[in-house]
Amino acid sequence: MSEPVIRHYGPKAYADHPPFSYPDYRSTVKRSPTHDLIRIVQTLSETTGPGPAWTEISEEDTDLTTNTGTGSPAIGERIIVTGRVLDEHGRGMSDTVLEIWQPNASGRYAHWRETEFPAPLDPNFVGVGQCLTDVEGGYRFTTIKPGPYPWGNHPNAWRPSHIHFSIMGSSLGMRLVTQMYFPGDPLIPLDPIFNSVPPHARSRMIANYDHDVTEANWALGYRWDIVLRGKRATPMDEGGD
Amino acid sequence: MSQLLGQTPSQTVGPYYTLRLYRDGENILVGPGRPGRIAIRGRVLDGDRKPIEDALLEIWQANSVGRYRHPDDTRELAMDNGFSGFGRATTDFETGEYTFETLKPGPVPDVEGVFQAPHISLIVQGRGMLNPVFTRIYFSDEDEANRDDLILRTVPADRRGTLIAELVDDGEPRVYRFDVLFQGDDETVFFDF
Ligand SMILES: [Fe+3]
Repeated sequence: MSEPVIRHYGPKAYADHPPFSYPDYRSTVKRSPTHDLIRIVQTLSETTGPGPAWTEISEEDTDLTTNTGTGSPAIGERIIVTGRVLDEHGRGMSDTVLEIWQPNASGRYAHWRETEFPAPLDPNFVGVGQCLTDVEGGYRFTTIKPGPYPWGNHPNAWRPSHIHFSIMGSSLGMRLVTQMYFPGDPLIPLDPIFNSVPPHARSRMIANYDHDVTEANWALGYRWDIVLRGKRATPMDEGGD
Repeated sequence: MSQLLGQTPSQTVGPYYTLRLYRDGENILVGPGRPGRIAIRGRVLDGDRKPIEDALLEIWQANSVGRYRHPDDTRELAMDNGFSGFGRATTDFETGEYTFETLKPGPVPDVEGVFQAPHISLIVQGRGMLNPVFTRIYFSDEDEANRDDLILRTVPADRRGTLIAELVDDGEPRVYRFDVLFQGDDETVFFDF
């Protein structure tokens, strides 16, 4: 019987991620571990992951302005969000599943949870999309620029405009869920979720406006690359880090 | 290696992840009538032992003969068509309970070539969690295998029990209970790898 291939990958850079507990974001206080994490070796259970088994990806789901199937386009500022999923060595990560969700242009999610925010729903916008990266790790979505919305963390708290991104790679430990923000948003420095990230790494969550991505008479373009934990190229790379 | 690129920081899934990250049925990996079907049920509890009503649970596991649906698992073991090994559940907004229906995974080797005890990898995220936590679900009716398991042996003996799902109903399906606890002496063991 042949042996499985074990491709170990580099560690999570904890200094670049938020702490588990960040009291300015109140709900983290009781929802964070207090024991130290227990360090384990990577076995096949950790070096494999669900990305490659993913099957249900449809091309329509990269365009959130039309994917409700109502036949009418969503209302709001149409934008293109594109970029690459890379490992820490700059290698494009192909066949990686990206899933996104966001509120509409008014800042309202098409979600069943109750909200006291009286912003209108848009029947032509659900705000969910998915995409499989190409051989270079590239992805591209067309969507509506999401509006800011209030939340209950502290008095007059507002989330800056953001798109939630879920990234499912080929190894369990590369799992990443994050949020993409927009350049120049005055709410960003006031947001405890954004500020939970150490200062030196915060700008990695902000997309760049890119006029080369902007399409004339159609949509403004933003570019945002996502960097996952580095994976060594082959099992032969063992030893170095 | 030259300078590494900086990792994109983690952020919470927030309260609205079910728009995309959980949809009805994603917690049912195999349907009724399938031999070896098991159910895993439990709650995710915060530091005050209140149920977390908006937690996302993701499982990743081998099939019943121990094969992962992944190109790196090149062992000559049967692939099980229709079984992805991946599932998602959300805790119920009212009760805080989650359920998975799946197969008990077969044995998977550790790094020393010895078989690990049957286990399912579990990722938990939620509103108020800025990073995912990673743990493993083992089974209470696998005592002997659990005793020899490389990963369980890494865990201090008095905390191993937090990783073992308790068999509570030996029917069809067999039902196990597995709660995820944050904080306190009985906090679930979370891994870094
Ligand atoms: Fe949000």
